[in-house]
Amino acid sequence: MSEFSSIDESELRARVRTLLDEVHPEKVDSQTFRAKQYEHGLALVQFPEGFGGLGLSPKMNYVVRDEILQHSKIFYDNPPASIIGIGMGMPVVLTYASDDQKRRWLPKIWSGEEIWCQMFSEPSAGSDVAGLSTRAVQDGQEWVVNGQKVWTTVAHLSKWGMLVARTNPDVPKHDGLSYFVVDMESPGVEVRPLYQITGEAEFNEVFFNDVRIPAENMLGKEGQGWRAAITTLMNERVAIGGAGSKKKGGGAISKLVDLWKERDPASASPAQNAILRDRMTHTWIEQELLRLTNARAAAAAKSGNPGPEGSVGKLFQAESAKRMWELAIDVLGNKGLAFEEGYELRQVAGMSEGTEAFAKYQFLRSRANSIEGGTSEIMKNILGERVLGLPGEPRVDKDVAWKDVPRS
Amino acid sequence: MQAFTEEHEALRATVRQFLTDQSDEQAVRTQMASDRGFDEAVWKQLAEQVGVAGLIVPEEHGGAGCSHVELGIVAEEMGRALFCAPYLSSAVMATNALLHCATADAQKALLPGIAEGSTRATLAYAETGWDIGDIAMQAQEKDGGHTLDGTKHHVLDGGTAGVILVAARTPGGVGLFRVEGEAAGLSRSPIPELDLTRKLASVSFASTPAQLISEGDATEGLERTLALTLVALASEQVGGAQWCLETAVDYAKSRLQFGRPIGSYQAIKHKCAETLVKVEFAKTAAYHASATAAEALSGDGSWDDVLEAAHMAKSFCSEAYYHAAAENIQIHGGMGFTWEHPAHLYFKRAKSSELLFGDAIHHREALAERLAL
Repeated sequence: MSEFSSIDESELRARVRTLLDEVHPEKVDSQTFRAKQYEHGLALVQFPEGFGGLGLSPKMNYVVRDEILQHSKIFYDNPPASIIGIGMGMPVVLTYASDDQKRRWLPKIWSGEEIWCQMFSEPSAGSDVAGLSTRAVQDGQEWVVNGQKVWTTVAHLSKWGMLVARTNPDVPKHDGLSYFVVDMESPGVEVRPLYQITGEAEFNEVFFNDVRIPAENMLGKEGQGWRAAITTLMNERVAIGGAGSKKKGGGAISKLVDLWKERDPASASPAQNAILRDRMTHTWIEQELLRLTNARAAAAAKSGNPGPEGSVGKLFQAESAKRMWELAIDVLGNKGLAFEEGYELRQVAGMSEGTEAFAKYQFLRSRANSIEGGTSEIMKNILGERVLGLPGEPRVDKDVAWKDVPRS
Repeated sequence: MQAFTEEHEALRATVRQFLTDQSDEQAVRTQMASDRGFDEAVWKQLAEQVGVAGLIVPEEHGGAGCSHVELGIVAEEMGRALFCAPYLSSAVMATNALLHCATADAQKALLPGIAEGSTRATLAYAETGWDIGDIAMQAQEKDGGHTLDGTKHHVLDGGTAGVILVAARTPGGVGLFRVEGEAAGLSRSPIPELDLTRKLASVSFASTPAQLISEGDATEGLERTLALTLVALASEQVGGAQWCLETAVDYAKSRLQFGRPIGSYQAIKHKCAETLVKVEFAKTAAYHASATAAEALSGDGSWDDVLEAAHMAKSFCSEAYYHAAAENIQIHGGMGFTWEHPAHLYFKRAKSSELLFGDAIHHREALAERLAL
């Protein structure tokens, strides 16, 4: 591996050209190309040689992208259904799995041949996810799992799932968890769509009835599942916080401005018009400051001197998104009474392209922004305790065996 | 947006140290109670040692030739300390009015003294509204010179400034006039302020002799002056808001009730977290506005962007500061309501600087016009 850790940009570009000589994105499909990309160590260059990378700095991934785009009109981004597998599955497999397992799993996650899902949240364990109840009991060389998971994206498409289950109820909650990779085609795994207030199902519920997992599919040691889960969750918040428009007035706010300009001011009173206009401008400012704060956080991180600006984005984004779409429905006024898309329960998120329909959909969908990936209340605890250094609440579950902690 | 450089952080540290030494709470309370409202010796010392009075005055006129990024840093520190001094009036507002409206001769005549701290100037423009377009005062031309009649309101340091720059209408548009502090027919009436740390006055003119120091219509120059003043004021608001946040958090850690720090309760912790978010976004607005101003002044950016950023910063930072100052009182409980505790000084500064030059709604309306909303 050491011979590769010193390869420079021009050598890396040469390797990309070698890959392109073998398979070209314009001539093959995404899965075929990405499988070869992995073989050449050009999938995630920070991964070790033999596992899709070359042991380089992650910053060098842009070189691979740039070189491909110089020679190809097509660039195969991560397939949408594989985002969880690539963003959260690959790091955890690399850190905790055996070399045989890495060889078995990593290439197919990257190529998109096998979809992965993440199963942490439960009906009774949301913000307090470490209090989860799904049980795994050892039976010889296998673990037997019973319980229920919820809010599982792409579970219905997945071959593999990342599962955190309780292997020891007699110790405090964090110490009794273990991390498994489970074959979603195993007998006893049942996936059901979970319909949201929008009528669609972006997520699933997953039920486990005596599902048997081979002992070698435990990642890390028994009782150390929380640590592996944290690795995964940190990658989730990075993915959520970094979102947002790159350009002034771009992204979601442009749709709201369109709605505002298309409306008929004669349909509202002078007071309604004045107040709505002030809310419009307020919202425009919030979205612009969100964009600029992300830029400020990026600049501070780059300068090696990051501050609180990097921690406040998720909370502000969630709350301002809700305000923005509440305003959109108010701008629509009487038109907001109609919901033309209808609520036919459906698993595919097939949203209308129209701005008005998009706004109505977002009015409903944005309610989840302050719940998913950490509720706004949990984010305020984190800001208060980790950024401002305020003391935590006294915890009634601290140092108490999980089985003795009250739960709903 | 660029991160602050080491030089910026050094400037911040220098100003903070100076203000910690020379403008502690006791000093602020002394100036609050005085008619003058500032300590002349401290102002001169700050002008000489740190060059604050002439920070944005070009070097050819004896200033430091710094950009609005540096000015923003200094303003932020002054807001944090509630520093009582003629900096917003003289070093920001009058200086920018001279730089953007006045003839070269007038600049040469006034800027060196301003930079030195020996001349304290201010700009009197507002009458009934805060926009440049609201100016109604008409200058009278007489014997080749001009005289002014009428009253200008809410003039920063209007009671003490040695030179008053006045915006008044002429047949050729709005002009900038220079009026000496001892001019005939000039009368100054200090306003009993909500915020005792910033002195305001109404300034009246009765056939007062005034020297026209601009050429052509100065409306655009005055709009730029006002925008740059808003940007500095927004930075000042950020500094005050950050002080309120830190003070509230420190108190929440040390105040025990029901056997534990009040900051361990979510009711208080969440207030602190919400204030943190507002303060951080206010910083973004102020830093962005300062950087945009610096770009426009160096020829790399547009003035449209500066005016937009100024309206955005003034509206957002005003509300963030007021929120932080109000929550600071609430978190301090009864202590925060006492005269003895400094929380009310920041609360009054927050509301007064929100109202000064137009409140948040005023600037959102102005932004809406610019964005054609």
